[in-house]
Amino acid sequence: MYRIVEKDALNEQVSRMVVDAPYVARHAQPGQFIILRVDEEGERIPLTIAGYDREKGTITIIYQKVGATTRLLDTLNVGECLHDFVGPLGKASEFDGMHRVAVVGGGLGVAIAYPQAKALHDMGAEVDLIVGFRNESLIILRDEFDDACTNLFIMTDDGSNGHKGFVTQALDEQLKAGVKYDAVIAIGPLMMMKAVCDMTRPYGIKTIVSMNPIMIDGTGMCGGCRITVDGETKFACVDGPDFDGHKVDFDSALMRGRMFAAEEKEATEKHICRLTGGVR
Amino acid sequence: MANMQMTKTPMPEQDAKERGRNFREVALGYTEEQARNEAARCLNCKTRPCTKGCPVGVHIPEFIERINQGDMEGAYRIISGDNALPAICGRVCPQENQCEKQCVRGIKGEPVGIGRLERYVADWAMAKGMKPQAPEKENGIKVAIIGSGPAGLSCAGALRSRGYSVSIFEALHTAGGVLMYGIPEFRLPKALVQREIDSLREIGVDIETNVVVGKSITLDELMQDEGYSAVFIGSGAGLPRFQGIEGESLCGVYSANEFLTRINLMKAYDFPNHMTPIKVGKRVAVIGGGNVAMDASRCALRVGAEKVYIVYRRGEQEMPARAEEVHHAKEEGIDFRLLTNPTRILGDEKGNVCGMECIEMELSEPDASGRRRPVPKAGSEFILDVETVVVAIGNTPNPLITSTTPGLAAQKWGGIVVEEDTLKTSRDFVYAGGDAVTGAATVILAMGAGKQAADSIDKALSNK
Repeated sequence: MYRIVEKDALNEQVSRMVVDAPYVARHAQPGQFIILRVDEEGERIPLTIAGYDREKGTITIIYQKVGATTRLLDTLNVGECLHDFVGPLGKASEFDGMHRVAVVGGGLGVAIAYPQAKALHDMGAEVDLIVGFRNESLIILRDEFDDACTNLFIMTDDGSNGHKGFVTQALDEQLKAGVKYDAVIAIGPLMMMKAVCDMTRPYGIKTIVSMNPIMIDGTGMCGGCRITVDGETKFACVDGPDFDGHKVDFDSALMRGRMFAAEEKEATEKHICRLTGGVR
Repeated sequence: MANMQMTKTPMPEQDAKERGRNFREVALGYTEEQARNEAARCLNCKTRPCTKGCPVGVHIPEFIERINQGDMEGAYRIISGDNALPAICGRVCPQENQCEKQCVRGIKGEPVGIGRLERYVADWAMAKGMKPQAPEKENGIKVAIIGSGPAGLSCAGALRSRGYSVSIFEALHTAGGVLMYGIPEFRLPKALVQREIDSLREIGVDIETNVVVGKSITLDELMQDEGYSAVFIGSGAGLPRFQGIEGESLCGVYSANEFLTRINLMKAYDFPNHMTPIKVGKRVAVIGGGNVAMDASRCALRVGAEKVYIVYRRGEQEMPARAEEVHHAKEEGIDFRLLTNPTRILGDEKGNVCGMECIEMELSEPDASGRRRPVPKAGSEFILDVETVVVAIGNTPNPLITSTTPGLAAQKWGGIVVEEDTLKTSRDFVYAGGDAVTGAATVILAMGAGKQAADSIDKALSNK
């Protein structure tokens, strides 16, 4: 069993957990992910590794309470155990030749962007970290972000922190100002990653995206996570999750992402009843 | 005097119409009376051709003789001496191509129902709480087994009974491999697989789930840091193949692995109590002609499809599925579209499957597999009206282990290279068997390989 050793709410929707998982902690690298199951009846969900401590044998995950499983996960507290926790899965991110980089995170992607930015920053790269939130009260990980980059850009949809706009706007300004990036790393919702790729394409800047499709086993067995890259079928779990964003077929990925939307809603309804007696 | 009845004693089954809508086991098993009646058909021949047809060499006439005498415990001890998972083999072995194919009674009439008798004995023993015997003494030598499917379990059982400290590493959250995620409940009840695995645990086999060898730990770390003297790789053939036709990434197209895993391992038929969903349209096409295709088609029916097609490019003669599975599928109303090959999958504006274009085929000369090669009939394209497509055209071995183990030789298609007699790989003290070596085959062949590797490992470590 995989014991929760720390848990804290980062904002009203997003929480962080540190979990005892020595096997995973031993080999974890930025860009890799884990799959967990909350209980015996639970589904397997992939979550990116947000941090690891090899000595303590722990893994940090950050999740947003959006679906049935993440809500169920959030009912567990320090000292309790997750039923299953396996990894590290997927390929580690490759940072070779990246000296000047923009790391762009949107939605929950900001949490995933952090370890990437940190790794690059620790390597000595000059990192522009661009993250976006809906409003100021939802801003998370501010200190961590500060430690992981050269320049930090925090954008809010409503401008409540004084910087109104999407992450793409901040990136656009840097590109227009003539900043020469070796690479842009975009992590977040598919629409956001697609927008970043469309923006960098005319500049010919290598753009890496982190794909997070529906999957079951995470080891190449189910093929549910297949995406089309440069006209070829790839499995995000073993060939990714990082891909060359200019070659990813986002439209097909967006369609596949909606495959179980109705069922996800049904499960959430059902489990809200189970968790709270119907109170939302 | 043997019972000279020409046909097998029938085994009771759930009614085809009723069972097509539930996940309970189809074949219900013999009563003691039926088992003894069938056992009496065995001639107990001196040459024992049946045993030669068994990949794990079960002493068949001997156990049947015990059933005849009413000594079920004796029968169980004989079977379990050679076979770590008898309740499973009695259900899923292709007996018609193995033991029963060799049976003298099959020359004129039907062979003895060896599989049904094995199942009877195993179920009897399980109901009585009988278990395989724990080793008499420990030798303290650690052996690691990668994968808890039929190859791994059989290797583990054989090594443990000789006193080795055996640890199995399993990537999924549940042990059993294809027995759990692949073969459906109505053909192989999961509680029964669980009990077979539990009894291995009770004799001291250690099983660690949620460990992906190649990711969580490497093979070299197992041997150098964790003190395992030998490793058996029984990681199966888990990488699904697709045809590479247009439309395979549409919503509603599943690999058979995903479809079966959702249903069997994750219990999507019990959604939303079990939280993994499955989405199946009213009309389903399953592509392929093997056991996996039969399983997927019958599962589709049970999760609510009204019309299920098997689409297979060759004829019935060439279908690799067990005869009994084809028979059961037909009884349940699966529509076989033979000599038919999909050419593309059609989608609507939302990206959901709304049809599959197929072409008719005809058979020409035999190909490398000895089966007659199917060729398309020009201009015979037609559209099958379906909302779900399950691709069951085979699997290849997963490269996670070969790609992270220096010096471990593999074939181009992924199969691990082994010496035929010993199942030793290109690395010392590393053995492999089952689908990881052969590509997708059967449960019993994998079990045979697991047992053979256990013999080789024992020999190699004893001489060390």
